[in-house]
Amino acid sequence: MAVKLYGSVDSEATQRVQACLHEKEVEFEFVTVNTAAGEHKTPSFLACSPFGEVPVLEDGAVTLFGLNIRLFVTESRAITQYIAHKYDGNGTDLIMKDPVKLAVQTVWMDTENQRFDPPFSKLIEAATQGNRGGQDVRQYEKKLENVLDVYEQRLKESKYLAGDSFTLADLHHLPGMHFLRSTKAKGWFQGRPHVRAWAADILSRPAWVKVAAMSPW
Amino acid sequence: MAIKLYGAAGSTATLQVQACLAEKDLHYEFVSINMSYKEHKTPEFLSRNPFGQVPAFEDGDLKLFESRAITQYLAHTYADKGNDVIIKDPKKMAIVAVWIEVESQKFDPACSKLVWELGYKPMFGMTSDDVVVEENEKKLEQVLDVYESRLSQSKYLGGDSFTLADLHHLPVIKYLMGTKAKRLFEARPHVSAWVADIQSRPAWVKAITT
Repeated sequence: MAVKLYGSVDSEATQRVQACLHEKEVEFEFVTVNTAAGEHKTPSFLACSPFGEVPVLEDGAVTLFGLNIRLFVTESRAITQYIAHKYDGNGTDLIMKDPVKLAVQTVWMDTENQRFDPPFSKLIEAATQGNRGGQDVRQYEKKLENVLDVYEQRLKESKYLAGDSFTLADLHHLPGMHFLRSTKAKGWFQGRPHVRAWAADILSRPAWVKVAAMSPW
Repeated sequence: MAIKLYGAAGSTATLQVQACLAEKDLHYEFVSINMSYKEHKTPEFLSRNPFGQVPAFEDGDLKLFESRAITQYLAHTYADKGNDVIIKDPKKMAIVAVWIEVESQKFDPACSKLVWELGYKPMFGMTSDDVVVEENEKKLEQVLDVYESRLSQSKYLGGDSFTLADLHHLPVIKYLMGTKAKRLFEARPHVSAWVADIQSRPAWVKAITT
């Protein structure tokens, strides 16, 4: 059975998973979930995604308590890690093999999750749903700029966030960096040459270009 | 000593790592970072955590930050020590990974605000903001409704065994059970049973009493 990705082209979490599937050269079927029509809140969708969110990955079955149950994986960063491990050997290596290097990679994956994503999610929400008021947005912009300052330091010492190769730590940023570069926030890259070079590098990867082609921004 | 944990008493993120170190039965040196003296903002500490937050961690030459990166490092590297807190089977581990994300993305953001408003503010003689409390209790209730459903089908969040997906919740639950927010957990029988179970683990009891 083929791998299925349930998602929306305007969901940056879905884009994160698409990028990973393309990097690992995994064939998959994209099933659009019509969030505008509330499809993500129907009982049948909630059965495979308890928070009613996209994306969801379906991949065969898993045996639990002796029963064969369809495997649904939610949470984009859990999905990318699952794909990166399962398809190890296919396409691009996205996970450091050496345990010490992997630990460092996990640090920067958590940094994206805990520090980059929260203010970024607020900014993209404000931008796509109408401005909630300049004041609100400024506090998130400030937080995000602080994060980019840390990245600027890190990328002075390291070609990619986790080390000398492209990994999930960089990939998880792709939808965010793509969005920021298409808005006024691209001015933030001017004073941060290492972040700018890194963003240009990762956004030009063929796997991401495929995803960006479907993105509404 | 090879393993050093730089943290602060009362930091839930520091406690997540201590819980994991206890489950894995690992010896470590605890280096106390005094945040009132701004020890977390010194150049020395910033070289360990560029965001100037606790915890920071080292194991020999390896330096790490972000509590959930540290716990995962410990779980994988010391797989044959102490208790298992991850699952070897890749598909079952994928499910554990989902609930690790859920704690990080959904449970923690709402709870951090509640821990601050209901736990720390009273301690510092400040007044809680009722609007913030109400808003975040609503968010927490939505999350706990999903947990209630999940835990009626699964003994632990990640599956039939205790894993990091459960462990990461322990410090915040410890604080919230000492506030009025505990009623949200107690109102949900499967959540309540799960809370009682994970809080009674000997490793957790050891982590909070030493």
